[in-house]
Amino acid sequence: MNDIWAGLTQAGRLIISLDPTLIEITARSFKVTLTATLLSVAIGLPLGAWLAISRFRFRRLVIAVMNALMGLPPVVIGLMVYVILSRSGPLGVLGLLFTTSAMVIAQTIIISPIIASVAHQVVRDLWAEYHDLLISINTSRWQRTRTLIWDSKRGLMTASLTGFGRAIGEVGAIMIVGGNIEHATRVLTTAISLETGRGNFAMALALGFVLIASALLVNLVMHHISRTERGSRW
Amino acid sequence: MIKKAVLAAVLTCAPLASIAEDFKMAVTTSFANSGLAEVLLPEIQADIDLNVQLLIVGTGQAIKLGEQGDVDAILVHSRPAEDKFIDQGFGTHRREIMYNDFIIIGPSVDPAQAKSSALTVEAFDKIAQSKADFVSRGDDSGTHKVELNLWKKSHITPEGDWYKSVGQGMGAALNTAAGMNAYILADRASWLNFGNKQDLAIVFEGDPLLFNQYAYIPVNPEKHAHMNVAAAKRLEAWLVSPRAKALIEGYQIDGKKLFVFNAQPK
Repeated sequence: MNDIWAGLTQAGRLIISLDPTLIEITARSFKVTLTATLLSVAIGLPLGAWLAISRFRFRRLVIAVMNALMGLPPVVIGLMVYVILSRSGPLGVLGLLFTTSAMVIAQTIIISPIIASVAHQVVRDLWAEYHDLLISINTSRWQRTRTLIWDSKRGLMTASLTGFGRAIGEVGAIMIVGGNIEHATRVLTTAISLETGRGNFAMALALGFVLIASALLVNLVMHHISRTERGSRW
Repeated sequence: MIKKAVLAAVLTCAPLASIAEDFKMAVTTSFANSGLAEVLLPEIQADIDLNVQLLIVGTGQAIKLGEQGDVDAILVHSRPAEDKFIDQGFGTHRREIMYNDFIIIGPSVDPAQAKSSALTVEAFDKIAQSKADFVSRGDDSGTHKVELNLWKKSHITPEGDWYKSVGQGMGAALNTAAGMNAYILADRASWLNFGNKQDLAIVFEGDPLLFNQYAYIPVNPEKHAHMNVAAAKRLEAWLVSPRAKALIEGYQIDGKKLFVFNAQPK
């Protein structure tokens, strides 16, 4: 219990004093994860919607693979990205290893299947409801896709926020491909891991509280912007 | 408002890409956990304008990173692994920088009576005989290799419920030992800088077998052409300089010196 209290007070102190290190790693956490989330949304939402409304031979297989990919441990993805980006790997010449770009790549691979799977589920349910109507008024495939995406926007936002949540708290993959280098690739989660290793539980918990608070802030901002979850609406 | 704050935070983050040259070095967790890096790195940047980026990993992984050409140099502490690294042509040469020592940490009540031992092998033997919990790094790191070698010298095969191989870095393993009130082999620097000691204390120290030498090895540019040879040389010259000596020997926690500088001039 003492550690939790010490962590809370430490977190308060860091935030009030605008600790430069804290600001730096928090900003980097956001930069990496927001970039990865945007990329994954660009990949995952269309993929999920397309899988919901198209019919092709290997559709089931593709969906099964996508769902299975959600369960891949980040450390495995981290290791794969490491092997590919390593100087001795196929893309080594790009010199991306131990940079924030490598972290964005790893996180995008981790959360794209999650966003696509949730998006697929949401659009499929709506498609079942809209199917007869949209077919009967003779809409084109593009019009149908657009209507479905627009009308399931709240569900799709949940998909995106799920992806964001998974990425901002992820540590296994970015530890391997980012390397937790101070002033270069250190983010909130890898810093927590480092402080835990030093036995500085108060500091580690303080960073944890900052992480929770910032994730909460992002969710509130998103709900505010999209005007969801308000009293007058269900 | 919030968006602006986030944007401002992101922007303040950008200029951190400093003008100084970047140099990647893989170091052991024991070195990083000691806190010495925080003292040395800013001085290195000020003196030779080199931005040393540390990758904090076990010696096993550090050597792997060097073999793959993902770092410019390594700073590790496992002689057999270092010699192999150089023999295989991955490192150009080995330069000894400093040393500290390993210590056996255990419950302050010392159920295995390891305190009364004269030699490390005796202490290990007593711990094994008493079947008191022992936490092993189990991660192929320098400290882990030393521990395995000590078991070998004691003619004991550590196995059974009492021997917990956790496969983690020095700090995480110390946390586990603190939680279980178990024995563990640690380097002195990590121990002195460790914040979660709970009921643990030093139970054995001072045997020459527990000597812990750190060495600097630049990665061979013949294996990886993109290596920054000039920067590796500059850093080596700094690490063996009187200035480094003063900083390393002056680094203390609770009035205790953590490392002894022993680089030889060429």
